[in-house]
Amino acid sequence: MNTAAIETQENYLNAGYGLKSWLLTKDHKRIAILYLITITIFFFIGGIFASLIRIELLTPQGNLVSSETYNKLFTMHGIAMIFFFLIPSIPATLGNFFLPMMIGARDLAFPRINLLSWYLLVIGGAFAIFAMLAGGVDTGWTFYTPYSTTYSNSWVIATALGIFVSGFSSILTGLNFIVTVHRMRAPGMTWFRLPLFVWANYATAVIQVLGTPVVAVTLVLVFCERVFHIGIFDPNLGGDPVLFQHMFWFYSHPAVYIMVLPAMGVISEIISVFSRKPIFGYHVVAFSSMAIAVIGFLVWGHHLFVSTQSVYAGLVFSFLSYFVAIPSAVKVFNWTATLYKGSISFATPMLYAFGFIGLFTIGGLTGLFVASLGFDVHVTDTYFVVAHFHYIMVGGTIMAFLGGLHYWWPKITGRMYPENWAKLSAAIIFVGFNLTFFPQFILGYMGMPRRYHNYPDEFQVLHVLSTAGASILAIGYLFPMVYFMWSLRYGAVAGANPWGATGLEWTMQSPPPVHNFDEIPVVTHEVYDYSTVVKEGVEVG
Amino acid sequence: MAEQAHAPVESLALREQFNTPEQQKESSAFGMWIFLVTEVMFFGGLFLAYTIYRNTYPVVFGMASTSLNAVIGALNTAVLLCSSFTMVLGVRAAQLGRRRALVIFLILTLLLGMVFLGVKAYEWNQKFVEHHIPGAHFHFEGAAEQGPAQLFFSLYFVMTGLHALHMVVGAGILSWLLYHAVRGRFTAEYMTPVDIAGLYWHFVDIIWIFLFPLLYLIDRHMR
Repeated sequence: MNTAAIETQENYLNAGYGLKSWLLTKDHKRIAILYLITITIFFFIGGIFASLIRIELLTPQGNLVSSETYNKLFTMHGIAMIFFFLIPSIPATLGNFFLPMMIGARDLAFPRINLLSWYLLVIGGAFAIFAMLAGGVDTGWTFYTPYSTTYSNSWVIATALGIFVSGFSSILTGLNFIVTVHRMRAPGMTWFRLPLFVWANYATAVIQVLGTPVVAVTLVLVFCERVFHIGIFDPNLGGDPVLFQHMFWFYSHPAVYIMVLPAMGVISEIISVFSRKPIFGYHVVAFSSMAIAVIGFLVWGHHLFVSTQSVYAGLVFSFLSYFVAIPSAVKVFNWTATLYKGSISFATPMLYAFGFIGLFTIGGLTGLFVASLGFDVHVTDTYFVVAHFHYIMVGGTIMAFLGGLHYWWPKITGRMYPENWAKLSAAIIFVGFNLTFFPQFILGYMGMPRRYHNYPDEFQVLHVLSTAGASILAIGYLFPMVYFMWSLRYGAVAGANPWGATGLEWTMQSPPPVHNFDEIPVVTHEVYDYSTVVKEGVEVG
Repeated sequence: MAEQAHAPVESLALREQFNTPEQQKESSAFGMWIFLVTEVMFFGGLFLAYTIYRNTYPVVFGMASTSLNAVIGALNTAVLLCSSFTMVLGVRAAQLGRRRALVIFLILTLLLGMVFLGVKAYEWNQKFVEHHIPGAHFHFEGAAEQGPAQLFFSLYFVMTGLHALHMVVGAGILSWLLYHAVRGRFTAEYMTPVDIAGLYWHFVDIIWIFLFPLLYLIDRHMR
């Protein structure tokens, strides 16, 4: 196939050109692109805040911004990154684009609701950006009461409204995915022929549907408390601020799994394709996603080890937090076992997958550290915790997101990205990430608390290393932006199946036609059956 | 959807992502059930807060509860149950393809919903007169601790308020249904919107069935 062919062939990209054809589209693929653009904007907004934080921490005196401004910086960094980038990241973009195709459907079950959920994210995001421009919010992304309800003099209401609205975006995406997986599978696409990416997104959707409403009502109460002074969380009236923490973490801990489960799904796809083997223990990996979704709801109390929670409750939550590590470890072991005697190729997505496995393992193991009661008392609210969750969220989710984006880029755009540049940037990101966050483990262990803009002189060396790493990481993130854009015009034409991957999405032309399948396929092969695949397109190695 | 205006009913109803009307119908109903699960979790947060504070301040909550008018509350419960009944009859009428009956039952449901909201507004107004609105002017006669009494009324207003908001949304949905029912859009083959709107209406009803005893009937046996 040549460049001319890709431009004359009818596909979802050239089906219509005006702004209206995008803003009123019901095509899940176009909505995925809309999401991709939106979350990229929020990624860079959050990135700007992160850069300012790291620059401030270069010196111990805290002389770049005031402590009030610093509070706002880390708050808005967290809000932009968590609620407007990480939560929608993989499900709303890659999931939205590929879940219907992978199960052999023409679209999600409710395309208009899908578009609505994008608008909700944009409206919620507009509230959040308004709050940022109007003067920011300083409560931390966790909105702990009574500071957020009574004392904070910043834009709490606008931000909370933004998160509330974008929460419904997340709920509707989850609802759409659940119904689609249950009701829209093609003939022969049984539950155990579903690609693991679909299983992962399904498990994620369950969390989105069960968890998000709870944080929504919690934010409603915070809102009512600020506006009408109702006092549910106000100790002056006999209310309990810790109740807020319970309700908040009942969502916000499972939210971590909203971020990382789809990432694990991406990794399962990539590991299988680039070692040309079916995933070792497919059923166990599928069920481990569901196990994480279920057990993930029972561990929120490990955020309250030092918040007046009873020791006995702490013991139970500590045990359950160890327990949730089992299905996560099962995945890591099974990916590794898949590699064994596989025909491994080191294409860019695979590099990201390797990066993911390593970083997620470190993030997960340090998660066990902080899940143990005694150690957690020592490191609560220190940089150890900051490093731990950045290893999961950035080292895990963003690595997988970038890996998935590279893996499916040829399908989304019909073009290959430049392989050498991509490998280089994957390496830069890996190095930059570790240099940024590994020193933070040590800082935290030494006692550097989070959310401070000044610190004793002896911490400076590690902070300088961290800031240097962040600079490298930032450059690493800019590379893909540039060469992905470049590839839209100059990239090699990809063909239908450049990786020789299994899965229904690779059986159709790249970019896919508007309704995915002219005729709904009948699935006769088991999942990841490489004996049946015809590799078609450019050779990559 | 101008090009679909004169198409036969089935093709009008079947959207392009579905293969059969059955698949579409099942998906819509399933979607609504999942939405109701999210609603359970949403109200669940409030019920959690209620449970904790009622256990912490049982005496004050009992006293505060008796200031609500249980007779009016019971009447309003009856009104809402009747609206669920007329909704069921409406769904049945739609299943049988009886347009006139559907329109009548939708109007009745809507009216009963409005009566409920009207009574609710009257009750809220009473609370306003009695200084039971949380805030600077809150005062509850007889309670030694004003704080927990205020918590009760905070929960009362948030819970009944969010319930009423759901009723308003429900009334909007009923009006939409009515508009299309009058125009004969629903047939025995295609009445999914009526069906799933019925699910929503019953759900809002069930929430009230829990709210009424939890808010109005604490300590009633003592009187």
